[in-house]
Amino acid sequence: MGMMAATGLAVARLRNLFSVVMLGGIFSLLGAAVYVVLDAVDVAFTEAAVGAGISTVLMLGTLALTSSEEKVTPGHKSVGALIVVIVTGAVLIYGTLDMPRYGDPTAPINSHVAPRYLEQSPNETAVPNVVTSVLASYRGYDTLGETFVIFTAAIGVLALIGRGRRKRKPSSNSDGGDE
Amino acid sequence: MRHMIILRVVSKFLIPFILLFALYVQWHGDFGPGGGFQAGVIFAAGFILYALIFGVDLTRKEIPAWVTRTALVCGVLLYAGVGVAGMLMGGNFLSYSVLAHEPTHGQHLGILLVEVGVGITVAAAMITIFLTFAGKDR
Repeated sequence: MGMMAATGLAVARLRNLFSVVMLGGIFSLLGAAVYVVLDAVDVAFTEAAVGAGISTVLMLGTLALTSSEEKVTPGHKSVGALIVVIVTGAVLIYGTLDMPRYGDPTAPINSHVAPRYLEQSPNETAVPNVVTSVLASYRGYDTLGETFVIFTAAIGVLALIGRGRRKRKPSSNSDGGDE
Repeated sequence: MRHMIILRVVSKFLIPFILLFALYVQWHGDFGPGGGFQAGVIFAAGFILYALIFGVDLTRKEIPAWVTRTALVCGVLLYAGVGVAGMLMGGNFLSYSVLAHEPTHGQHLGILLVEVGVGITVAAAMITIFLTFAGKDR
């Protein structure tokens, strides 16, 4: 966690976007390690593959299209933004003080529907990995929505920048992208 | 990167195993960590590695735009189709228990198909997004 904080600070300080993207990948990998420590192997798997792998490559692709140096406005002091960030962080930390301890068996998250899933999943779905049965069966609607989100993302990218090769008419000013 | 022989040889050696590992993650998601999302991303990573080493044009020759676009739609339709199939066979939308004679078999079948749908969509989406970004400046 300390290393994640250090990486985050470095991302905020750096001006070279290439280093920022690389540090972002490192940040995701550290996050995946934290998930492994918390025994959430499925989430760690996803974080390592999506966060550290694909998003880094996609960000590099974006950098290739734009510039790799952040534009700095000289003499621009952002005291107001700093105060907003500090206040928001303080409120968030204050909010976490009321949360139950991690792994508390009487916490609402562990006493609402989770025990039923854990007890009934082997009988109802006969799938050994409870994460998969919750993801695909009990929470099928949510996963359908997530799939549509990814589908929409790809469609959006295609609509915005994907039609460059076919329409090279002088009139086209890449104005055909509505999501 | 078209002249770096070590990268070319090693990536050619690795890509089949990456794709194989993606399929393993896909079909083994019922028993261990993994599933459609992770498998789709790993599968796409294989193609993205190929595109990084050998160039976008060659990748588009291997996997044309219509293939990824069709796969993109097919994955979502497969997921939603499993839900509609559950409705047609007398259950609610996305209830898999009616898909086979025994409820657990139906659940197993439904989860498997749904995960395949997720995997196809995620892989196609990632390949599409990457190739669109990478092929833009040409």
